[in-house]
Amino acid sequence: MTDVRGRVKAFLAERDPATTDRLDFLRARFDAGLAWVHFPEGLGGLGLPRAQQELVEAELAAAGAPDNDPRRIGIGLGMAAPTILAFGSDELKQRLLRPLWTGEEVWCQLFSEPGAGSDLAALGTRARRDGDDWLVTGQKVWTSSAHTARWAILVTRTDPDVPKHAGMTYFVCDMTDPGVEVRPLRQITGEAEFNEVFLTDVRIPDAHRLGEVGDGWRVAQTTLMNERVAIGGRSIPREGGMIGVVSDTWRANPDRRTPEAHDRLLKLWVEAEALRLAGIRLRQQLANGAPGPEGSAMKLAFARLAQELSGLELEITDDGLRYDDWTLRRPDMVDFTGRDAGYRYLRAKGNSIEGGTSEILRNIIAERVLGLPSEPRVDKDVAWKDLPK
Amino acid sequence: MSDPNLLTSDVEEALRAGVRELLADKADAATVLGRVESSTPSDLDLWRTLVDLGATSLPIPESLGGQGVSWREAAVVAEELGRAVAPVPFLGTMLATAALLTLSDDPHAQDALKRMASGESVVVLAIPLSGPVDGPLARTVRSVADAGVADQFLVPADGGLHLVEAASVQPVVSLDLTRPVWDVTFDDPGVRLTGSGESAVDSALLAGSALLAAEQVGIAEWCLTTTVAYLKQRYQFGRPVGSFQALKHRLADLWQSIVLARAAALNAADALATSNDDVRVAVAVAQSLCSTVAVRAAEECVQLHGGIGMTWEHPAHLYLKRAKADELALGTPGRHRAALASLVNLPG
Repeated sequence: MTDVRGRVKAFLAERDPATTDRLDFLRARFDAGLAWVHFPEGLGGLGLPRAQQELVEAELAAAGAPDNDPRRIGIGLGMAAPTILAFGSDELKQRLLRPLWTGEEVWCQLFSEPGAGSDLAALGTRARRDGDDWLVTGQKVWTSSAHTARWAILVTRTDPDVPKHAGMTYFVCDMTDPGVEVRPLRQITGEAEFNEVFLTDVRIPDAHRLGEVGDGWRVAQTTLMNERVAIGGRSIPREGGMIGVVSDTWRANPDRRTPEAHDRLLKLWVEAEALRLAGIRLRQQLANGAPGPEGSAMKLAFARLAQELSGLELEITDDGLRYDDWTLRRPDMVDFTGRDAGYRYLRAKGNSIEGGTSEILRNIIAERVLGLPSEPRVDKDVAWKDLPK
Repeated sequence: MSDPNLLTSDVEEALRAGVRELLADKADAATVLGRVESSTPSDLDLWRTLVDLGATSLPIPESLGGQGVSWREAAVVAEELGRAVAPVPFLGTMLATAALLTLSDDPHAQDALKRMASGESVVVLAIPLSGPVDGPLARTVRSVADAGVADQFLVPADGGLHLVEAASVQPVVSLDLTRPVWDVTFDDPGVRLTGSGESAVDSALLAGSALLAAEQVGIAEWCLTTTVAYLKQRYQFGRPVGSFQALKHRLADLWQSIVLARAAALNAADALATSNDDVRVAVAVAQSLCSTVAVRAAEECVQLHGGIGMTWEHPAHLYLKRAKADELALGTPGRHRAALASLVNLPG
């Protein structure tokens, strides 16, 4: 039995966060097994229950340790790392996990395509075997961080003659390969958080394959499951986030108040508070080792609340007809609080689309949580190449 | 402010299992339906068993013959009673219990709590269930829940709380068959208890509202579970009705709102149990949300059962009536939001 708290204290005794270089500190933390304690020893962890991580984070935060900027490197941490751990060779794990965790190498994910969003298994990016390598050609879309990423997780079609779920294969893609072209995808807000990624004969060694040939769907499920598990470490305070911004706008603008807007605001305030409490409850379940499916409920509720709140904010703000800035920017992450109400209104529209649309999420809840039967499928026994596109 | 405890303990789950088993045995839908159509709508045999189980004396201190635990446990009981729409005088007596606990220096109040804990008598707070409760009380109080089985009443009057026997208790035709209301008339001033009647009623409304939120979660969950089961078994157009996306989405949304309602109800019960400064906000949030969610769940239950949902034989209507009555009880969602507006500085 490892005493995690003791380990953290011993680690801190050797490295004072105040005087140690940030990267040196993070690398040493990884090597000490304190990056993600549920990972195996030698790969940044100690093989302990995931719940113990919270204790490590708390101890290190209290000591003023630098963090590895999980928001910017969320795709690597939440999606790539667990998949590499489950399906990668030892060489791949040794090469990739440490710089991933320290943030020295940023990751993106090449899943969605113009014709395969919610229906991921419809994707058509082809990978053909060429000796010890694969040659990949196709187009991906909605790729956050592609312009800063060193690596990508990539799902491709390797066999078009079998039903769509059976002919996919999963890879780690080197974003510096000359066949990779990244173009900013300007969105509704004027900025470009996302990219289109064009792949033309990108050469990927077979050693960078995760899972068996044709098993890409199952590997992708591992990635997506982990995306859904990832929730923030600390509970947010009351009126944290968008509800706080809108409540403050309300307080600051007595002239713009109407009884109708007041009732809407209060209803949303109640729901935002209940959502915050549901988050606390979910974290307490997680710490108890028994998380429930409530995370899906929270994502649905969050998207709806963000959209309704940001719509209300425009109505009660000083001059909702103005917009702060339409110039094309390339932000590292969504800036919900640093921008104006108009930006929040437009950006919130993405909350019910990104990371799985609310419609698909409702299907998943209905089938996996409530146990309702699935709709009849017309695509199950048909070769991918014969499906209408 | 530290985070509230929003998990239920093993002890609470054991209590839940015990109450649920008892209710499955003694308060199945057919029994409840038969009972509420009889001349004795409250099930006093079931009440007796709940008293013996200790389920009704949870917040009363051990020195007065109670269980001396907390309002969290009482909320677990309320949730299970809601799930079964059990016709027992739980809410009325809990309101009286909360009021008496604030006046427990008074020997008459102590005596009343002892008699309630042992099941010797049923004491009910004489307030109109659908409020408002801040005006001067008339000699006749309209729509008092659980009055039909009360031996004594706590009557707020002249700034104090009086322990009184009623001159008459008149049955009325109630919207909610499973928690009927009565009009109660008093002519004897009874015993005036020492202490502030206003703060006693205030405490009762807080406790009652938190318990009502738990009850509403129980109602909503029954409606969701029952509807899901029905939609899996009902075939139309050659498919289980539950495989149609339009219906799946409605049920997913309902489940999502119950997840939020549950967190809010647990928070209210925890705030009440820990005498938290935040209890007023917690209760206003829980009541505003849980009322709405329970009504929607019951309305969806009726609608998604189709014709069956409109029949007297199917229990859905019992839940709809209880849910709608609960929404009006102890303040509508709108009233709770109005209270919240001043608590969190969001003036209209």
